[in-house]
Amino acid sequence: MSKIITLIRKDLLLEIRQQYTFYGILLYVASTIFVLYLAMGQPEEKVWNGLFWMIQLFICVNAVAKSFLQESRGRMLYFYSIAGARDFVVSKLLFNAALMLVMSIVSLLLFQLLLGNPVQNPFLFSGIVCLGGCSLSLVFTFLAAIAARAQQNAAMMAIMGFPLIVPQVLLLMRISNAAFSDVIQGGLSQIILLLVALDILVVVLATILFPFLWKD
Amino acid sequence: MRQYWWKIVSIALLVFVFIAGFFIRVPDIGNLQQTIRNLFFHVPMWPGQFTLISVSMVYSVLFLRKPVIRYDIYANEFARTGIVFGILGLVTGAIWANYTWGAPWNNDPKQLGAAIALLIYLAYFVLRNSMTDIDKRGRVAAVYNIFAYCMYVPLTYVLPRMTESLHPGGKGVEGNPGLGGGDLDPTMRIVFWPAVIGWILLGVWITSLRIRLRLIEEKKLTVVR
Repeated sequence: MSKIITLIRKDLLLEIRQQYTFYGILLYVASTIFVLYLAMGQPEEKVWNGLFWMIQLFICVNAVAKSFLQESRGRMLYFYSIAGARDFVVSKLLFNAALMLVMSIVSLLLFQLLLGNPVQNPFLFSGIVCLGGCSLSLVFTFLAAIAARAQQNAAMMAIMGFPLIVPQVLLLMRISNAAFSDVIQGGLSQIILLLVALDILVVVLATILFPFLWKD
Repeated sequence: MRQYWWKIVSIALLVFVFIAGFFIRVPDIGNLQQTIRNLFFHVPMWPGQFTLISVSMVYSVLFLRKPVIRYDIYANEFARTGIVFGILGLVTGAIWANYTWGAPWNNDPKQLGAAIALLIYLAYFVLRNSMTDIDKRGRVAAVYNIFAYCMYVPLTYVLPRMTESLHPGGKGVEGNPGLGGGDLDPTMRIVFWPAVIGWILLGVWITSLRIRLRLIEEKKLTVVR
């Protein structure tokens, strides 16, 4: 457990020392949403919802892709020998989930500012956005590990990730539709539980499969 | 005989399915009319595809436990035949949908799920062929295969039950995602289950031929080296 915290702190320190990556992603978020605003103006709620989650997907690919690619082979071996593969992947999952949480909230604020605010139920929707950001980041973190291992770039992540993320995105769309109306439909908690169950499945799979990925 | 009896069973079952499937008396249900005979060709593709990719996933697990190149080839070839079955299922479904739903593509949840499954497994081949080191290729592809399988199952076997669908077995409708519950006519059942078994066996047979070819190629390469 302490090893995981140390590894997360290391990632955080790297992020603080090399701030250009963090601001780079922030700028990516801001400029994408600004371009969207220029192209779409203030769309109706259904379009708003669809655009929001698509932008989340692209942000996630870009924010998470570097997490494994930045580590050189030698450094990887070092982490592997001092902490073990499982601790390493858990720390990456947690760190990326936190990073994506920040990015999701920033993009939500920008969306509300630029593309209008059709959300009827802001608290529910913020909660959904946080959950959604974490779900997306978990899947893409693991795919980033695979892509890094295959010595591929972010394009490979998109090829692998966009079909695989569909279950999560479908569920998220369904839940977030609830935030666009005054009446909360029944069965919402069931879908949220299903989404959380999928997230847990991803984490379990990542911790089981990651050691095989990095064994040499 | 001990080796190839199941191939004879497969041929016999499929000959039976093709003859009986076109000649038995079928019940007249709504606008299905005679297209209901497609049940013997379209629906068995999905148990077939599911069986093949499940076997592929099992061989990926075996490869991770014990890295033998043979397991990697098995996993790869079973996934390949699974894709072929998926394409055949989509095409037969599109023909059927054209006559009963009015258009070949209706954005039905199950059509989308099947199309996404194709993308997932095509990505598997792209990933696998992007690496040249045989050991690493096998391992990374196996990890992706297991992960993809675990994402694919909820997508096609859990989510469609929760949404409205033109297929039987959607939200508020009896049955599972493939069939309309217990309403399968007894005479149709006599043809349907042999069809399922026959198509699955044919899929395994095709795969075993491909595997033999690949193993021979592999052997030739090692001898030359």
